[in-house]
Amino acid sequence: MNWHAGDEQARSTAEAVARRSYGKLVAFLAARTRDVASAEDALSEAFAAALADWPRNGCPANPEGWLMTVARRKIIDAFRGQRRGEIAGEELQIMAERLEGAAAEAESMKEIPDQRLALMFACAHPAIDGGIRAPLILQVILGLDAKAIASAFLTSPAAMGKRLVRAKEKIRQAGIPFVVPEREELPGRLDAVLEAIYAAFAEGWSDPCGTDAARRDLTEEALFLARLVTELLPQEPEALGLLALVLHAEARRRARRSTDGEFVPLAEQDPAAWNSQMIEEAEALLRRASGLGLVGRYQLEGALQSAHVYRCRTGQDNWVEVVQLYDGLLALSGSPVVAINRALAIAETRGAEAGLKAVPDVGADARLGEYQPYWAARAELLAKTGALDEAHRAYERAIGLERDPAVRRFLQRKQAGLIG
Amino acid sequence: MKYLLMAYVNEAGFATLTKDQQEQGLAAYGAFMEAMKKSGVFVGSNRLQPSAASTVVRVANGKSQVLDGPYVDTKEQIGGYFLIDVPDLDAAISWAARCPASSHGAVELRPVWDMGALAA
Repeated sequence: MNWHAGDEQARSTAEAVARRSYGKLVAFLAARTRDVASAEDALSEAFAAALADWPRNGCPANPEGWLMTVARRKIIDAFRGQRRGEIAGEELQIMAERLEGAAAEAESMKEIPDQRLALMFACAHPAIDGGIRAPLILQVILGLDAKAIASAFLTSPAAMGKRLVRAKEKIRQAGIPFVVPEREELPGRLDAVLEAIYAAFAEGWSDPCGTDAARRDLTEEALFLARLVTELLPQEPEALGLLALVLHAEARRRARRSTDGEFVPLAEQDPAAWNSQMIEEAEALLRRASGLGLVGRYQLEGALQSAHVYRCRTGQDNWVEVVQLYDGLLALSGSPVVAINRALAIAETRGAEAGLKAVPDVGADARLGEYQPYWAARAELLAKTGALDEAHRAYERAIGLERDPAVRRFLQRKQAGLIG
Repeated sequence: MKYLLMAYVNEAGFATLTKDQQEQGLAAYGAFMEAMKKSGVFVGSNRLQPSAASTVVRVANGKSQVLDGPYVDTKEQIGGYFLIDVPDLDAAISWAARCPASSHGAVELRPVWDMGALAA
């Protein structure tokens, strides 16, 4: 096909608007119809219309407003066509008026008001299944498709697609509101939003050695969302804590692999390879958060990252403080993953035997049996106590459960090093 | 539900590795099998001879045809299989991701047809 210069320009303008405004436009439309799926459909049709129209007639002065007008018409058409039986004429009239008003509002303003936070609260509503909240936010705010999300969460695209459709149906049918909750209700509801962003970031369990693997391909998206929440709610200490935590992890991402692709644990990383700009930003966020007077799990996790960075940069032993932070985190979360981290830190202050005693029991949580870092932590502590056979077996389990080949080779080297 | 995990790998790849790398690679498969056994999901597994050892048989119009080589001649061939018993597809996917073949080749998962459901 022969591309004209106008086509190229229209395409790149449409793509730029899509990147910048997708979530904002979905939020603005869905907040008025309470129907996320129809907002998404209408918007994708509007983008297709833009690609057909803009090369012929030139890019509009206000591309967002143009897209909004087209999407609004598409929504009204779709409602008239498909759901005539379900929606009374009067109701359709009200919906149409609300959308007309919204479009007029959007055209009169230079910028469409940002209601992405309200949309995130709808997606992380307690009535929505906890496991689908993070994927739902990734889809509606960032426009990620079900296939990409399914792959990041290690699930089948068909199943993920179905669950996303069901969740959007639930928002519509249950009449879940698109509002930022009132002051008194906010902390609990914000937790669900932060948790969903955290899930996108950690994509399951987090790594006990603070080492992290390269498989976290959603960290950039999580960083974007965490930043967005702090921009919209600048006085929420836990939102600041989460952004600090994500920044700290992201700052060390490149240092986690050697030049030949081998896994490098935290203790062996070169601090010069870390992104110091991100680290400074994270530190400033944690200071700001601590001035706001409410400590929670994300600030504690951020503080732990900060303590690891300080120790590696200065060489000054701070394991006593690290154990204290883990104590606080364990009391808050009761998570066996935190308990494993804490056990490794205890081994640094009180020896490997004490560390082993602090490792949670597989009997307490069956999922630990299939959790690689549990076995890696046990192996490391067993090796330090001299129980080499047991350590060897624990490494064997860890190797068999790991999916990242670089980490697998790292564990194999540790296992091979047990002899002698 | 039972799933067959078929490990598709580049057959020529193994020969290009050093002896240490080969041992490390095989040990990773051993650890993977052990982990499946310990978790109680393992049903069966076999490593297969290279596809050059394959023979394809077809009978058409009463005449049998025997061909040397694999059914489909591609660079990546089934190097082995694992049969596992897990609650659902997501569990099967998480085991497939741990299979070393999924990082140097690809793993196809197929649910096993449940004949028991027909008999019942």
